[in-house]
Amino acid sequence: MPSLPTIEKDVEAKAARAPDHGAFDAPVEAAHRDALFDYLCRLGDDSLILGHRLGEWCGHAPAVEVDLSLANMALDLVGQATHFLNAAGALEGKGRDGDALAFRRDVLDFRNCLLVEQPNGDFAQTMARQFYFSTWQHLLFDHLTRSSYAPIADVAAKAVKEVAYHRVLSAEWVVRLGDGTHESRARMIAGLDWMARFVPELFESDGTVAAMAEAGIGVDPAVFRSDYESAIGAVLAEATLDAPPAQRPILGGRRGHHSEHLGHLLCVMQFLPRTYPDATW
Amino acid sequence: MVSVVVDQVRRAKAPPLDGEGLTWGGAQERGRASSGDATPTQPSPIEGEGSIWQVLEAVPDPEIPVLGITDLGIVRHADADRVVLTPTYTGCPATHVIETMVREALDAAGYRATRIETVLTPPWTTDWITGEGRAKLKAYGIAPPLPAGVRAVECPQCGSSDTAEISRFGSTPCKSLWRCHACLEPFDHFKCH
Repeated sequence: MPSLPTIEKDVEAKAARAPDHGAFDAPVEAAHRDALFDYLCRLGDDSLILGHRLGEWCGHAPAVEVDLSLANMALDLVGQATHFLNAAGALEGKGRDGDALAFRRDVLDFRNCLLVEQPNGDFAQTMARQFYFSTWQHLLFDHLTRSSYAPIADVAAKAVKEVAYHRVLSAEWVVRLGDGTHESRARMIAGLDWMARFVPELFESDGTVAAMAEAGIGVDPAVFRSDYESAIGAVLAEATLDAPPAQRPILGGRRGHHSEHLGHLLCVMQFLPRTYPDATW
Repeated sequence: MVSVVVDQVRRAKAPPLDGEGLTWGGAQERGRASSGDATPTQPSPIEGEGSIWQVLEAVPDPEIPVLGITDLGIVRHADADRVVLTPTYTGCPATHVIETMVREALDAAGYRATRIETVLTPPWTTDWITGEGRAKLKAYGIAPPLPAGVRAVECPQCGSSDTAEISRFGSTPCKSLWRCHACLEPFDHFKCH
């Protein structure tokens, strides 16, 4: 076998650094590809998993109007997920599309926050989860409309209007149930109490968030934390509820450390495409 | 649903077919003057060549068939080379159906090489529903979205402004459910968005 010429160390290092696009069309994201893929998966997985959770209510909600509103919020979220995960797949360049990422990834590869995978519980618990999440997502998307990365800015500009609706709707239910009957109030307090421990994770920063914020692609959620807390506080005050007592935060979803609940969710969500690959209907 | 999206994207990006059977649209811009009531400002970049625009006008919205997709304001550009659509809502399930219907209508009219593209920006707003579209919605029994500055939702049955929202979400994501206190009828209101 003919021996190949030896590669000098600095040539090798240069080759590793060279962008794999033409010098003139190297996209902004080339330097951040891994972080950007991770970030797109986080955005997409949050929406996908919460969309699925809300879909579980379909046909089971307390009234037909509520049933429709939950299913329609699910639809908005799955729409966002489709865009984010398709963008992630295209960026990755390994032939995976949004479908492959949604239906053929295993639980440890999901990057959603722990809040969205929490079980629906009763209606109050579902609304508590929605209230905490939609308020956060609305502020996040508002910032992401100014993202330097067009696929994110475009989806954010489109979805921010829809998420504003989710935010108002869930806040109205927090007030209605919290400032309602003895029973509804007790359930709302319990729901908020359960979900509150997953809120600090929404504001967690790590290498991915820092790299994205620095590149102007993403945002460090710390910048809107005080807005978030005052928005939550205002709604709780209107609902005549006290803020849930501080709890030990539970973190890890962004690194793939999920609660048991996500695996069960994926069993249902992924069963059909995994059992009948490429099925269409 | 996700698989359909990808399929549509792929199809929309497919290279154009050969030019056989093409009939090129007339060059003159079709006026988009709308009839009827107060129409909020129209979006800036709606462009369309005469005959292809007529083909698109005949494509109904699958969820509110009384409304054409051009009435709805989701056709952002149309010429013999490409048709650009924008979805009403990120997850609107009708988006894929609309693309299929547009493809069929274009093919039937000889625009076989015309590409269909989808854009998200600028995001669609109910302000882009034409005056004609608003009149059609009202006649169909759906209270149209309000022009800026108008607050009272009029009952499409009796015209009363004594109305109240029952549910923020109606039968589709774009509609909310209302009730008229005058004639006591429930009705759909196309949400301002």
